[in-house]
Parts: sequence; structure tokens; C-alpha cells
Amino acid sequence: MPKVKMPRKSTLIDMTAMCDVAFLLLTFFMLATKFKPDEPVAVVTPSSINTQLLPDSDVVLLTVDKDGRVFFSMDGQPKRQQLIEDLNTNFKLGLGPTEINNFKVGSSVGADFKTLKQVLNMSGDERKSSNIEKGIPMDSTNNELAIWIEYARAAQGNNNKLKYCIQADNGTPYPVIKRVLDTFKEKKIQKLNLVTNLKAKPPGSAAALYEEQQQDNAH
Amino acid sequence: MAEMDTSSQGGGKKHGGTKSKKLSTRVDMTPMVDLGFLLITFFMLTTTMSKPKTMDLIMPKDTENEEEQNKVKESTALTILLGKKDQVYYYAGLAQDPNASSNPDFFKATTFANTGGIRDIIIQKRDEVARLRNHKGEPEDVVVIIKADDGATYENFVDLLDEMAINRIQRYATVDISDQDKQWIKATEATNGIQ
Repeated sequence: MPKVKMPRKSTLIDMTAMCDVAFLLLTFFMLATKFKPDEPVAVVTPSSINTQLLPDSDVVLLTVDKDGRVFFSMDGQPKRQQLIEDLNTNFKLGLGPTEINNFKVGSSVGADFKTLKQVLNMSGDERKSSNIEKGIPMDSTNNELAIWIEYARAAQGNNNKLKYCIQADNGTPYPVIKRVLDTFKEKKIQKLNLVTNLKAKPPGSAAALYEEQQQDNAH
Repeated sequence: MAEMDTSSQGGGKKHGGTKSKKLSTRVDMTPMVDLGFLLITFFMLTTTMSKPKTMDLIMPKDTENEEEQNKVKESTALTILLGKKDQVYYYAGLAQDPNASSNPDFFKATTFANTGGIRDIIIQKRDEVARLRNHKGEPEDVVVIIKADDGATYENFVDLLDEMAINRIQRYATVDISDQDKQWIKATEATNGIQ
């Protein structure tokens, strides 16, 4: 009897499809990832039981570090450009296109109008090391924070969804916070948001019981 | 995709008999796939999905503040003061009654401890006030007045606002501290040895 020879199948697998999938996912993640610009200050926020999310857009964010320096930040590059150009023309800051662009793509800024040009000329690391940013002044004679808030509101197009968030450090002295709150009060802004980390509701407290009730009602 | 047809026929003249050996044009894609997945895992791990949370804070208007203050009854109010070194002080009412405030037990100190701290005080006052009835015969709501001294930190302030959320206190207001309050805090600090 002649032997029947089975033809050997190659064990090589065509990897092309696999490769396609990999690169499809890769491009998706690359496009969907947004790198946040480096913040000039490190802030450790207190914790609370609130679960409301900090929105991504329509936000004016004031960062207060533990020395009480106030930094200003806002979302949206076109809006940021609008803001800095308005400030530049009205307060004669003398910013060039480079500085305006640096503000547009940058993160928080915490300097008075006099040193703003100098600050925007530096790179992120330089700004951190030189310690040039003393925070935005908020004294009653020279309340630049109020000006920032006013111009930010204008740059955001006075929309109703705009949220004013305060992100302060655990160790920030209360008088500084009070000055910030008073500045908002002067600007007739009553609704603020404090940025916090999440912590668990203490067991047996009214909030925890209420949450359980809500869940029971849902079932 | 990975194969290319290189068997060109219309090329140069064939020299008799010297055929060059055809090499396979298959490319091994395995390392490429490896690299792709390596990058994907990197991006997946470095992308943070957690976002910071926010707490609503509604500031009273300055003009309305005075009226609001006057609308609050002594019996339903609890005033909480924040001092330095994470100390908390409290008294019942608004300190508008000199007879009550002259009592040595009127002004008390406590801490942010989970038990036996300010939370228990708030709960106690809340339940006490809930037993009172207003002129319509409905249960009263406790009103917490928050005053922070210069020695307090932002953490204390947020912690206290958080206590309001934890104990579901509907009505509370942040108010400027008075000189009288500051004196009481100083005196209590001296008694308790807070530097």
C-alpha cells in the first residue's frame, strides 16, 4: 500500500490583521489622550464626601498654594488667547506673539501684570526654579484677581454654564481664602466650587443613611 | 498586504540559464505587533480616568447677609468657630443674649474627631432643634453659622463644610468673625494651652 502523505501545513500565521488592530487602537489612544500642561504649583486638596465631577470645559480655576499665592487658569485655548489679548491691549502689558502663545498653550499663571511678560517668556522649569511668581495680588487697592475674573467671564462669552472653581491646599491660611471669596462677592458671583478629593461617607452618618435610602428606593 | 509581486516579466533580457534565486518578500510582522501592543499598554496605563471632585459653595450676598442674620432665631442657631491648630469652638445661638453668654459653660472647645468631636455636637443640636415647633407647628431647621479665625486653615474650612454635607444640614452660612468671638477664642486658647 502506498503511504498517503499528508501535506505539511505551514505554522506561520498571517499577522497582518493583528497588526492592523494594534495600530488602530494605538492611534485611537494617541488621539484621545490629552496631556495636561505642567502646573507651576503642587497643591494637595482636602477631601470631602461630594461626588460631583469637576467639569472639563467652561471652568475658571483659581489655584491657591499653601503660601497663599493665587494662580489663575482657564480652559480652552481660543478663549485663553482672547483673554490675554484683551488684557494686553487694556493694561498695556507689552506682550509679543510668543508670550501670548505661551499663555495660550500654558497652564496656570500667578504673577502681577508688571512681571507677566517676564514670566511668560520663561519655560516651565525656569518659572518653578526662579520663584518669580508671587501670586496674583488681591489687596483692596490693587485687586488684579478681580480684573482676571472679569476678563475671564468676558472671554468665556458670559455663558451660564461657567463654573468658578477654587483649588486650594490643605495648609492655605483662611484669611487668603477669605480674600478670594470676598473678591468673588464683590463681583456678585455667589456660586463657587471647591475642588476636593473623594473620601468615603462615615458609616451611620446622615449622608450615608440617605444614600442607602436612595439605593433602596431604586430597587 | 505584506506580499508584493516582484515577478516582473518585461524587464531586462534573460541571459541564458543564469537565473537569480527569488527571495521571499514575506515580512515577519510579529515584532511590529509586539511594538504596537507595547505602546497601547503604555498609553492605557498612563491615561488617568480619575477626575477631581467639586463641592458647591454658595456665598450669601452682603446686603442680604444682615437680614438673614436677623431672621435666624437664637433657639435654632449653632455657631461654630475655627481656630488655629485644628481647634473647633462652638456655642448655641448667636451670642446676642448677654445673660447666656456670660455663663462660663457657654463657649466650648472641641476637635474634628469622628467621635466625640464637632460631628456629635452638630447631630445633637440638629435633633434638639427638630423637636422644636415653629408658629405653623412644623419642625424647626437648625441653622449653622460658620466663622473662621485667622489661624484656621483651608482644610478646617472644607472639613466643616463637609460636616454639613455629612449631617445633611440644609441651612448654613459663612460669616465674618466678630471681635467678641476672637476674644473668647483667645481666652479659651489660653485656658487649654494652645500656642
